[in-house]
Amino acid sequence: MKKQLYYEDVEVGSEVIPLAKIATTEMLVKWAGATGDFNPLHYEDAFAASQGVGSPIVHGALKRAWLGHLMTDWTGEQGILKRLSCQYRGMDYPRKMKDMVTPEEGETWWCKGTVTKKYVEDGQHIVECDIWVENGKGEKTTPGTATVILPSREAKS
Amino acid sequence: MQQASIITDEMKEQLGVEGTPTILEVEKGHIRMMAEALDDPNPLWQDEEYAKKTRYGGIVAPPALLCNARAGTGRGVQMKSPFLRALAGGDELQYYLPVRPGDVITSVSKIAEYNEREGRMGKMLFTIIDTTYKNQRGEVVATSRSTSISY
Repeated sequence: MKKQLYYEDVEVGSEVIPLAKIATTEMLVKWAGATGDFNPLHYEDAFAASQGVGSPIVHGALKRAWLGHLMTDWTGEQGILKRLSCQYRGMDYPRKMKDMVTPEEGETWWCKGTVTKKYVEDGQHIVECDIWVENGKGEKTTPGTATVILPSREAKS
Repeated sequence: MQQASIITDEMKEQLGVEGTPTILEVEKGHIRMMAEALDDPNPLWQDEEYAKKTRYGGIVAPPALLCNARAGTGRGVQMKSPFLRALAGGDELQYYLPVRPGDVITSVSKIAEYNEREGRMGKMLFTIIDTTYKNQRGEVVATSRSTSISY
């Protein structure tokens, strides 16, 4: 079990614990199945080319899900994710599969964030963050924001 | 010369019109598929024994379960656009209540607004779609606002 994060543990400027992710063509297929998003933009070369993106791209919603994972990991089981938003600004291209189980060498994405605000409202300990997915070149392809409620050590005692 | 708007009267008539509701029966298997697809091993999504001891008292769904085709996001709204290409522009979700296995989530979407902008590839249409997700008790568990960009 992960260590629980408390309101008192974070300050404005605190870093959200980064989360590394890779996207492979296999993961895009799994994601399509799990979400019912069968847009060929995410698996069909010719279609992706016709849409002007070159080749199949990572689902925006998968990157959003990564950011959700970033936040639920960081805030721990007692934290509550209240709001999450992100924009799909830059295209991300999955690693292809080298064999049945091994992805090709290539890009690793990082989900990151920083605390921008913390305050107590109606007895709730609220923390706001800037969050983003960063590609292998360090470009923020998917910037967003999140709001979480954290438990408080003071409120507990 | 002022260019004509790409937002037609026919499109404006669709503003606020609710699409067909989608009913999603949340099952453990579906939650597990979702957790596996996003490679999130959090036991709260899968391990009943672990989850029982948390304040949730059982497995809950990861936030990603909502706001996608299977959850009915954008279902039934009459998306009209003069363009052939479309991409997801962004999403904003508000979460109110946990979603658990056994929940029956009904979602309804509507077009909230249109915006047009000049982009690198010419004119672009931004269609904003709002979706409300309610559980079997009629409680709103989440809302989402999605932007679709056509160009």
